[in-house]
Amino acid sequence: MTQHNRAKSGVFTPTGKIQFGIFFQGVNSGTIWKAAESGSQTDFESFRRLAQTAERGLFAAFFLGEGLRLREHLGRPHALDVVGRPDAQTMLAALASVTKKIGLVATQNTTYNDPADLAHRLASLDLISGGRAAWNIVTTDNAWTGANFRRGGYLDHADRYKHAEAFVETAKRIWDSWETPSGPARQVLHEGQHYTVDVTPRLPRSAQYRPVLFQAGDSPGGRDFAARQADVIFSAHPKFDDAVEFRKDLVERSLAAGRGANAVQIMPASEFILAATAAEALEKKEWVRSLQIGPQQAVAYLEQFWGRELSEYDPDGPLPEIDPVVEETSETRGSGFHGAKARQLADQWRAEAKDKGLSIRQFVSSRTARVDATFTGSYTAVADQLAEYTRVGAVDGFNISPWLVPTGLDDIVNHLVPELQERGVYPTEYAGSTLRENLGLETPVRS
Amino acid sequence: MSTSETPVPSTSPAGFLAIELDGAGWDGGHFASLGEAVLAAESAGFHAATFTDAPVQGRANALQRAAYAGPATRTIALVPEVDTVYTEPFHVSTQLASLDYVSGGRAGWIATAAESPEGAAAVGRSSVSGEALAQEAEASIEVSRRLWDSWEDDAVIRDVATGRYIDVDKLHYAEFETPADFAGPAYSVKGPSIIPRPLQGQLPVLAAASLVGEGQIPADAVDAVLVTAPTPELLAAEVRDVRARVGASVAVIAELDVVLHSRGQAAAERSGGLDGGRAQYAGTAEGLMDLLESLLEEADGVRLHPASLALELDELSRLVLPELRRRGALRPPVQDGTFRDLLGLTRPASRYGAAAAAAGAGK
Ligand SMILES: Cc1cc2nc3c(=O)[nH]c(=O)nc-3n(C[C@H](O)[C@H](O)[C@H](O)COP(=O)(O)O)c2cc1C
Repeated sequence: MTQHNRAKSGVFTPTGKIQFGIFFQGVNSGTIWKAAESGSQTDFESFRRLAQTAERGLFAAFFLGEGLRLREHLGRPHALDVVGRPDAQTMLAALASVTKKIGLVATQNTTYNDPADLAHRLASLDLISGGRAAWNIVTTDNAWTGANFRRGGYLDHADRYKHAEAFVETAKRIWDSWETPSGPARQVLHEGQHYTVDVTPRLPRSAQYRPVLFQAGDSPGGRDFAARQADVIFSAHPKFDDAVEFRKDLVERSLAAGRGANAVQIMPASEFILAATAAEALEKKEWVRSLQIGPQQAVAYLEQFWGRELSEYDPDGPLPEIDPVVEETSETRGSGFHGAKARQLADQWRAEAKDKGLSIRQFVSSRTARVDATFTGSYTAVADQLAEYTRVGAVDGFNISPWLVPTGLDDIVNHLVPELQERGVYPTEYAGSTLRENLGLETPVRS
Repeated sequence: MSTSETPVPSTSPAGFLAIELDGAGWDGGHFASLGEAVLAAESAGFHAATFTDAPVQGRANALQRAAYAGPATRTIALVPEVDTVYTEPFHVSTQLASLDYVSGGRAGWIATAAESPEGAAAVGRSSVSGEALAQEAEASIEVSRRLWDSWEDDAVIRDVATGRYIDVDKLHYAEFETPADFAGPAYSVKGPSIIPRPLQGQLPVLAAASLVGEGQIPADAVDAVLVTAPTPELLAAEVRDVRARVGASVAVIAELDVVLHSRGQAAAERSGGLDGGRAQYAGTAEGLMDLLESLLEEADGVRLHPASLALELDELSRLVLPELRRRGALRPPVQDGTFRDLLGLTRPASRYGAAAAAAGAGK
């Protein structure tokens, strides 16, 4: 089936290929800083090294996350994990000059940006990189983050996707506004509840027409939004059965949105712990986990939900029997912590830990280490496992978070990629020079 | 940011040259890429490259262009214009700090205050003008400076024994609030920054001299001013006036449009394209050398706006800069030096670190 027919088709058809992206996180406990091999999280050399390694491994994309306020712990900045990350688009613009083919994906939220400004800057990145830019759309909404911005916390959680959609529509109109590749541009007007935009766009279309759109977010609203607007969804469902389920769900939503069954690609977040043999990989996993969640991190994790200090508890003992002092968890630990009822959660967790005989450390490690998102094993076994995904088209690729910076992709590129290429499920060269070409996406129709 | 610094610039005998890479004379088409153009400026011996952000068709974001040039170069300072009025101060601060990281400490900031109805309409604000512009700029610069200081230099400790990646005592909330008499919509910024302190500690901040001074951006909020005069003859006098007004701790940079005889074409034939009320030199390379030499006796640096980047850069690098270096009028470029080094500025301590140390000593 041609690319064009495939995208339009009402029936999902696997491509038989997978792509890799790298997600340079910049926060959380996933990235190890305690190992001797662990380098700087901010020096440009770390970014260069990872991006060039990824490009050597024919990765489709280099992703940078975004957070607009430092996570806090009991009212002060959280001290235990990697933190402090540069601006995504600035770093990607710099990486554009030391890479040639890899896509450059900036996570940028729709709440604390202005549509015309963000659209212009993304178009800039797209031009500077020769058509390799993408926007990973996220929808931060809280007043806690808003404290760093002129508008403050103006947006209700319930409205964030409504707002995001108007934002993205406006951005698309800005990118679409050029009559011909050299102009002139049409004026773009948008009058919304929160924004008024009146702009005559300044930048022509890029080599890939406009930036590729990724969406990260998992609620029904988030999925529908992705089904309507995005080219790729950065999902949280890498486990096989779950991935197949998610694919089905997204195909239905894409069809309901009037797009083809293959219109939206899926790239789940993932982690790889690999070695020559299964036994070595398991040993490595133990080592990785012990460095990701040390005793202090384990206790601090619970403190977030308990809302009080728990330093008197033994990290290798059972979960605290006392109750949390907060009703709701706050935003202060980042976007993953939305509004779970703390007391209810504590009860659940105590029961689960007791059931499985887990200490605080083991329990927290099991919750935070993305157990569902981890591929552990020998290069050949994991390659076989991934080949199985391509058979049914469970995913279009994986977005890999390396647990070590800047060497965390070396074994994947040196050993896993060749295994996958041998199985015929991974590209052996870049299909083109733009991200859109390399992902096999269609040129968008002008809106 | 001049409080604790020795005013080196005005006493240094040799000056520096900056080049505007894409002003009125942008013809990037002569270079295969932006990176190539910046490299050409660097190898010509220019000390700094600046990037305009005026709303011109086809021109990409200035800060991103500077970032792109970062990894491709080693000595030249990269100084984009970034607007202070219709941008988010928190984003601006992070973007500039990131530019410092990708350029190895060679970043600067020309803080502009756009008197632009288009800029206002694009973000749904009402247009800002007059004194309010300087207020917006001052506030935005102050936010950036506080955020840059909000991580002390040694805040990242990576202490395996205690499991702490950062020392929380070395992170600070910026707690910025616009003053009560602020003309625009009031706002506050909490902080800390989301990126560790820039490599230079504080990026040098430049602004047009017309924005700096009494009732406007206070002189000690900026590190350098860009001085414009209608003719080359008036430029040196204007530099002297501005220097007297802003004080010795602020570097003074003269602005000059340049059209040179090139490839058998007389400068006068090509001098039509420039504007902006800046002094213009049109003529031979020899004449320009003399003018620059005398200007650099008054100013710390001169920023050249070439009529055509390709044509003028060629003449400048073959003839003008080598001769100025021979005459001792130019500082030697320093490989891997910072922009602060170039301006003769020391690396300041974080204001919060200094405050914490003072409080500790008083205990
Ligand atoms: C894989 C993945 C990566 C994400 N990365 C970021 C990020 O870097 N920055 C951010 O603010 N939010 C990030 N998010 C959060 C989402 O944008 C979104 O705010 C969150 O998932 C809640 O949206 P939902 O209710 O639709 O799930 C990410 C989400 C997912 C699933």
